[in-house]
Amino acid sequence: MAPEALRPDVRSGRKRLSLAWLATIPFFAYTLLFLFLPAGSVLLGAFKGVHGGYTLANVRVLFDHPYVDAYKTSIEVSLVTALLGGLIGLATAYAALREGTPRWVRSIITTFSGVAANFGGIPLAFAFIATLGSIGVATQFLKNQLHIDLYGQGFTLFGKTGVEIVYLYFQLPLMILVIAPAIDGLRQEWREASSNLGASSWQFWRYVGLPVLMPSILGAIILLFGNAFAAYATAYSLTSGTVNLVPILIGAYYTGNVLDNPHLAQALAFGMFVVLAVMMMAYIPLQRRAARWAK
Amino acid sequence: MKPRRGMAPTAYFWLLAAGAYFFIPLLATFLFSLKANATGKCCTAASYTWVIHNGDFWHTLKISVLLALETIVVSLLIFVPTIYWVHLKLPRLRPVVAFLALIPFVVPPIVMVVGLLDVYRGTPSWFYAQPWGFLVAAYVILAFPYMFFSLDAGFRSIDVHTLTEASQSLGASWPTTLLKVILPNIRAAALAASFLTLAIVMGEFTIANLAAFQTFPRFLQYVNESQAYPAAALTLMSFALTWGAMLSLLLVGRKRGTRAAVLTGAR
Repeated sequence: MAPEALRPDVRSGRKRLSLAWLATIPFFAYTLLFLFLPAGSVLLGAFKGVHGGYTLANVRVLFDHPYVDAYKTSIEVSLVTALLGGLIGLATAYAALREGTPRWVRSIITTFSGVAANFGGIPLAFAFIATLGSIGVATQFLKNQLHIDLYGQGFTLFGKTGVEIVYLYFQLPLMILVIAPAIDGLRQEWREASSNLGASSWQFWRYVGLPVLMPSILGAIILLFGNAFAAYATAYSLTSGTVNLVPILIGAYYTGNVLDNPHLAQALAFGMFVVLAVMMMAYIPLQRRAARWAK
Repeated sequence: MKPRRGMAPTAYFWLLAAGAYFFIPLLATFLFSLKANATGKCCTAASYTWVIHNGDFWHTLKISVLLALETIVVSLLIFVPTIYWVHLKLPRLRPVVAFLALIPFVVPPIVMVVGLLDVYRGTPSWFYAQPWGFLVAAYVILAFPYMFFSLDAGFRSIDVHTLTEASQSLGASWPTTLLKVILPNIRAAALAASFLTLAIVMGEFTIANLAAFQTFPRFLQYVNESQAYPAAALTLMSFALTWGAMLSLLLVGRKRGTRAAVLTGAR
């Protein structure tokens, strides 16, 4: 039964409606003060000159070194961890959910993913320092027991590769969480039907599995990209703020007291908005293409 | 195709590989935390006693817990009446509220803090210079998506109209209705939202670092830079905190089939 049937005033009472708006004012006021005003100040501030007036100079500077390099590194780290995390996450989620895997494995994997997707920031960075840092447990084990000297061979945890390895720790479980419902939707009968028609496992994935999952996979990878692109704490803690990522660069403006041009930080933040928006735009046509196969 | 007995070999491979990748850093941190600070040899609990006897640990932990509580109270005060009212009287407004509440999910915290610092620099120091003002204002925004989704699901699972009418025809005022009738019915949803908010605030580093407020995650970072073995002990404690909040969330939401949530802000 429609709730309106009980409450004629919901549909007809104009006077009540005008009063009803009042109760939502705190929410909208809060949104305006702490969401729209700051967002607006970033968007406008990116185009403000140091001495007042509007200028494109701040945004133009973004295409110079070292700023453009920071964007390149940020995008690269986000893409690599989104794609790797997406693929490995997909494989792991499928392994956990497919027929033959005991149910307890499945519930352990989903519960653990729910927690691990939220391991991030300072503690996560340190967990990897304790593992793969120069005196980390795994590093020492490889060196002393297997005679593989990671750091002697040029590996370091405290650069771009290290950041990617650590980001995967929250990217993978996030992928598992997001893609699990879609994998649950893959019906056992489809696999059996294609197998009865003589399809190999590869053919099943090429012509049935992946096309059905593709819209969900693309959506999840966009989510993972944004997740890595916005991350600050993990990379800051891992590299002591030395890796050249956009969030780290913005942060350096505020923590290092070198705020000679505050509008540059705003321009950098504006650039992040643009990259995220472009990713979303790219997602829409891709999604539409992928969704065609799902019908 | 004959039905499979036991696990597929590729399933073994992926589950073992993923298991190793997730388990080894936790094990390594644990082993690290048992090492002696002077010699680097196993095994001692000195790192844990160092943490427990550290005044800054308790001080920043207290600040972060209080910040979390304040954030939870402010968020609930904003969201419970709004969502109640939207469900009761303004159903057409629901997509608007949902959209606004989702925005913080896509805006990186680093961008948010740049805007907040710019707008509120120069406001009175009781707000701008105090974590209880500035930081909580930002954290409430971070909590928006989780508050909305938990509470909205909670309100959808109860019959708001009948409960309200029953309560009012028995003579209850609006505050009584909200506090004594509605709130107990959405308790599980409010608790879930609160656990999520607690986890966000206890792990949030970006905004606290740029605005220079001493919180628990900043203390963690300070120890990371200066004391390797105690840092391992602290890392495990911090993971346990996240773990606890997330498991409580699953326990609270079990009846309603709440899905696990993904937090922003900590990364």
